[in-house]
Amino acid sequence: MGAIHDDLHEAAAPGGRALRLGIGGPVGSGKTALVAALCRTLGPSLRLGVVTNDIYTTEDADFLRRAGVIDPERIMAVQTGCCPHTAIRDDIAANLDAVETLEERFGPLDLVIVESGGDNLTATFSRGLADRQIFVLDVSGGDKVPRKGGPGVTSADLLVINKTDLAPLVGADLTVMSRDAAAVREGRPVLFTSIREDKSAHSVAEWAAEMVAAWWHQHGPAGHAHEHPHGHPDGHPHHEDDPEPAVLPAGRE
Amino acid sequence: MDDRSHGDGHRPGGGPGDAALLLLADSRLPAGGHAHSGGAEEAVRLGTITDAGDLARFLRGRLATAGLVTAALAAAACELARTGHHPGREEDLATLWRQLDAEADARTASPAQREAGRTQGRLLLRTARRMWPSPALDTLGVAVPEGAHHPVVLGAAAAAAGCVPYQAALAAAYTAVTGPATAAVRLLGLDPVTVHRLLADLAPALNDAAHAACASLIDSVVTDDADPLAVDPCGDDRRRPPGGIGPDGDDATSSPEPGSAPGAGPCRGAGWPALPGHAAPALDLLAEGHLKNAMKLFVS
Repeated sequence: MGAIHDDLHEAAAPGGRALRLGIGGPVGSGKTALVAALCRTLGPSLRLGVVTNDIYTTEDADFLRRAGVIDPERIMAVQTGCCPHTAIRDDIAANLDAVETLEERFGPLDLVIVESGGDNLTATFSRGLADRQIFVLDVSGGDKVPRKGGPGVTSADLLVINKTDLAPLVGADLTVMSRDAAAVREGRPVLFTSIREDKSAHSVAEWAAEMVAAWWHQHGPAGHAHEHPHGHPDGHPHHEDDPEPAVLPAGRE
Repeated sequence: MDDRSHGDGHRPGGGPGDAALLLLADSRLPAGGHAHSGGAEEAVRLGTITDAGDLARFLRGRLATAGLVTAALAAAACELARTGHHPGREEDLATLWRQLDAEADARTASPAQREAGRTQGRLLLRTARRMWPSPALDTLGVAVPEGAHHPVVLGAAAAAAGCVPYQAALAAAYTAVTGPATAAVRLLGLDPVTVHRLLADLAPALNDAAHAACASLIDSVVTDDADPLAVDPCGDDRRRPPGGIGPDGDDATSSPEPGSAPGAGPCRGAGWPALPGHAAPALDLLAEGHLKNAMKLFVS
C-alpha cells in the first residue's frame, strides 16, 4: 500500500461512493473464482475495484491478474497477519484504507469487492466495511454444512453454494442443502452455482448488479459523470425507478 | 461519571488518561496493528527466532533500540499535541508536526520500515480521529497527508485521549514488543502464556524506557526554552525513582495545562534532534528482507 491520501476523513457519506461488497467463505470454496466471474460479467458496465485478503498475500491478486478480467491496478492486496477474520470484522482499518485508496485513485467507482481470506463458518464482514456480503460454500465440504449454520451461512445477504458439478461425486444432496439453508436464513436468498461450468456466474452477477442498482436508488449514483451506468449481465438496463429488483433480499437499512 | 474526572486534576490511583491508555495500548484497537510483526516474521523465516528464548532476546533488543526511539517520539508528539494547538495558528502546529515526523523519518533507516510505519500511522490516525476527535489530530492529518509515522500519531492520539507524554511513551514501548510477541505466537505456535511471561518480565524495562523517553524529551525542550522545567512536559518527574505509572496523585505540577507549556511556538522543534536515535541495523535488514518475501503473512 502506501497510498498518498489527501484527505484522512473517515469513509465518505454513503451518497456518491461505491457499494462495498464483501465475499467470504472457507478456503477453497471458490471466492476468488467468483470475484473473477463478477469482474468478467460486470466489468463492461460497472466501474470496479477489488481488494483481496489472502494469507499468501498476492496469490489471489495474481490469480485475478492472470485471469485478465480487471485492470491489475484496480486490485489491492491486504495482509492480515494470520488472522483473515480480524481484518474483515474486528479491525477493518487496512481494508478500509485499501477501499478508499482505490476510490481515490480510480473513483468514482460503482462497486468495490472485498474478498476475505479463507476462513471458517463464523467469519462475517463488519458493516463498517461491507454494505452487502456474500458467503461462499461449496458442496465438497458435505451437505451438512448449511445445517451447521454459523454467522456466515445464516446472516450473509447472499449464500452461494458453489461446485454443484461435484455434488454427485461427493454424495452431496443439493435438495438437503437448499432446505437446510432456507431454514436458517429467514428468507435471504441462496444461489447454487458451478463457476467452473458458468464462468460468468450469471445468477450471482445479476444479484450483485441489482444490489448496486438498489444502492444507487437509495444513495444516488457514485459520481456524476456516469450517464447510464446500470450494469446488468443480460444487457437489459434497469430503470432508475425500478421498484424492487427481482431477487432483492431483505434490506439492511 | 464523576465530575472530578474532568480536567487535568489527578486523583489517588492515577490520572484521567489511565483508562484511555488501556484502550490505546490494547491489541484490539482497530487500527491495523494486528498485521504488523515488527520484523518477527522475517526473523522467524530466517531461523533467528525459533523458540521463546530467541524471542525474549529479540524483544529486549527491540525495546532497547526501536522501542526507546518510538517511545521518545510518542512522548514528544503527545507533548506537542497537548500544548501546541492554538486557534488561528494551525499552520505553526502543522509545521511542527512535519518537523517531528521528519525526526521519525530520520530515525528509520529502512525504506520498508518507513513505509510500514507510515501505513500504521495513517490507519491509527483514521481510528483515533473517530475515537477522540481533536483539532491537533486534524492538523496532523493535514500536515502529513501521506500518513505520519506511527509513534508520532500514537503520541498525538494519546494526547487527544487525555494521556500525558509518559503514558504515550509507555504505550509506544508496549506496542513495540507486544506486536512481535503476538506475531511469534501465531507463526511458531509458541505457548501464549510462556510468551506473556516474557512480556511480564519486560514490564520493568518498559517503565524504564518510558522514563528514559521522557527524560530525553525534557532535555530536548531544555535546549530551546529559557525555563523549560517550569512545567514538566512529561507529566512526570524524571528525578523521581521510576516505578509508578503516570503522575502521582498528590503532584499538582505533574501535568501541564494545555496551552501553558513552554516552547509552543514553531521554534520548539529545535530540540528534537536530541531525542534518542538508537539504530538497530538488524531490524532494518529484517524489514528489507521481509519486503521481498512474497509469502509474507504480515505487512511488516
